[in-house]
Amino acid sequence: MKSSRRNFLKIAGITALGVGARPAIDTIAAVGGRGPTEPEPILKQNEKALTAKQWAMVVDTRKIKSEKDVAPLYEACHKIHNVPDMPIKRHEIKWIWPEQFHHAFPDLHSEFLSEKIHHTTFPVLCNHCENPPCVRVCPTKATFKRESDGVVVMDYHRCIGCRFCLAACPYGARSFNFFDPREHIKEINLKFARRTKGVVEKCNFCVERLAEGIEPACVEASKGILTFGDLYDPESEVRKLIAENFTIRRKIHLGTSPAVYYIV
Amino acid sequence: MLEKAIKGSKVYYGWMLALLTLIGVGFGFYLWQFNSGLGITGLSRDVSWGFYIAQFTFLVGVAASAVMLVLPYYLHDYKAFGRITILGEFLAVSSVTMCLLFIIVDLGQPTRALNVLLYPTPRSVLFWDMIVLNGYLLLNLVIGWKVLEAERNNVHYPMWLKPLIYLSIPWAVSIHTVTAFLYCGLPGRGFWLTAILAPRFLSSAFAAGPALLILLCLFVRRISKFDPGWEQIQSLAKIVTYAIILNVFFFLCEIFVVFYSQLPEHMDHFKYLFVGLQGKGSLIPFMWTSMILMVLAIILLVPSQFRQNETVLTIACIAVFIGTWIDKGIGLISGGFVPNPLHYVNEYAPSFPELMITIGVYATGFFILSVLFKIAVTIKEELYA
Repeated sequence: MKSSRRNFLKIAGITALGVGARPAIDTIAAVGGRGPTEPEPILKQNEKALTAKQWAMVVDTRKIKSEKDVAPLYEACHKIHNVPDMPIKRHEIKWIWPEQFHHAFPDLHSEFLSEKIHHTTFPVLCNHCENPPCVRVCPTKATFKRESDGVVVMDYHRCIGCRFCLAACPYGARSFNFFDPREHIKEINLKFARRTKGVVEKCNFCVERLAEGIEPACVEASKGILTFGDLYDPESEVRKLIAENFTIRRKIHLGTSPAVYYIV
Repeated sequence: MLEKAIKGSKVYYGWMLALLTLIGVGFGFYLWQFNSGLGITGLSRDVSWGFYIAQFTFLVGVAASAVMLVLPYYLHDYKAFGRITILGEFLAVSSVTMCLLFIIVDLGQPTRALNVLLYPTPRSVLFWDMIVLNGYLLLNLVIGWKVLEAERNNVHYPMWLKPLIYLSIPWAVSIHTVTAFLYCGLPGRGFWLTAILAPRFLSSAFAAGPALLILLCLFVRRISKFDPGWEQIQSLAKIVTYAIILNVFFFLCEIFVVFYSQLPEHMDHFKYLFVGLQGKGSLIPFMWTSMILMVLAIILLVPSQFRQNETVLTIACIAVFIGTWIDKGIGLISGGFVPNPLHYVNEYAPSFPELMITIGVYATGFFILSVLFKIAVTIKEELYA
């Protein structure tokens, strides 16, 4: 009697283990192809959609005369992306924001700096690195680099909120929703997703606008301070600017290869 | 065997009831965090990991230290440890359980935790950490239970257990190595970006874990009829001695490289921790206490006449445990995040709810530890007393 009960429990235990492991096994089995009867899903792209091998941005900081020149671009971004205005500073959510030179480029900072640079604020945002450490560390692929155009995006529904990506990003470009952000959005834009508490978010290079054929909101609002284009198209605006001007990028010694270039 | 955990003295019931109360309180605070978000902790945009992840890191070390009993006993046939390997294995079980709980309470979206299995991502170190931690938990539970059961029935443990025992030895090293890799592979964090991090983790683990085991053995000897043995305790004390010396040595190696090279990205974190940076340095007293305790422990452990005195040994083990706990449980995580990548000095301190949740997790671990130790000790009492 005792032995049969023990055997029953053993079998029950093994069965439970098998059922539990099923999704993982299915996922591994699904890699590399779907069943013979399932048709390949077709994702139709908008004919007007903007495409590139690797989207990049050039920030012409020479055109920034005062804070007033750059303020609209921060506002435009945060407004259309439902970025909340969190009441406590340490819970701040930021997609694009101003920093002084020695914070944006701490490794290039020196005590004696041109007066102009010293007083300019630099817009900083996710660099959409060609070799992003945040993507490397994510345990669920909730953040990933789009093969189609190199944009580093977030899946807010998959993110488990482990914040490994915040530790990995050398630019402080990621924010975590410590509280429910929905109560702190001034004006809700129903065309863009709001986030829940407990997930990470950051700049997405306006992929939702690129899909419709429009440039990112910050670029549009910047009146020529920001230029957007394909890094691998020699004819693109960004490539022309990079060819004609000396540019710097943030912390390139880390090997992340940031796609945001600064003309100083 | 589980029935042994149910019958006990009034003190035992009282202890378990106290732990259950703490678990309940901690769980209550966790429900608050679960409902409103991690904002009720002291964590911030800049210090995005804190007390939870630090405790997790420290306890991985305590768990790994079981190998310091298993290896001499099973590989070198050091028979004396046969008497107490079970205590090491059961300590590992409760420590790993706490580790897993600390990860869960740190998640922003805990209900999605299984996404790690649904979308397995081998390029992420966290994926591997999940595998090694769960594997280690299972290994120790099965090995510990089966060996104890066999000992109780006066038979040899089943032969299929042997490969698992051997496997558990490198596996123990792997859990702490992989945990170090979580941090030391991040390009922008100078404090952690060092190859000595994994060796440092292991050395502090092999000091802290056996130190705790000594204290537990002394405690078991006092309250039960089972004597873990003076020879065993002394052998453990030697392990603690070498490990804590190695830990301080590795730390000094790091200090030399960082300060002789004068690389600011690496220096700033140590400056913040030990002397303060930009006028901020809330952790300075903790870090110096940790250093003093570790040095004191070395002084008390190296001369054999000190080490052989039970009182001195107890003090030394407490010093080792607290010293390494501050080092990993307080300094390691905050130190890596301050200053932040944009060179702002934004400090971190855990909030009250965060501390209560932490205590709740520790109480859960101690509850499991008490159940397992109660079983082991009762069976050993029957065998040896």
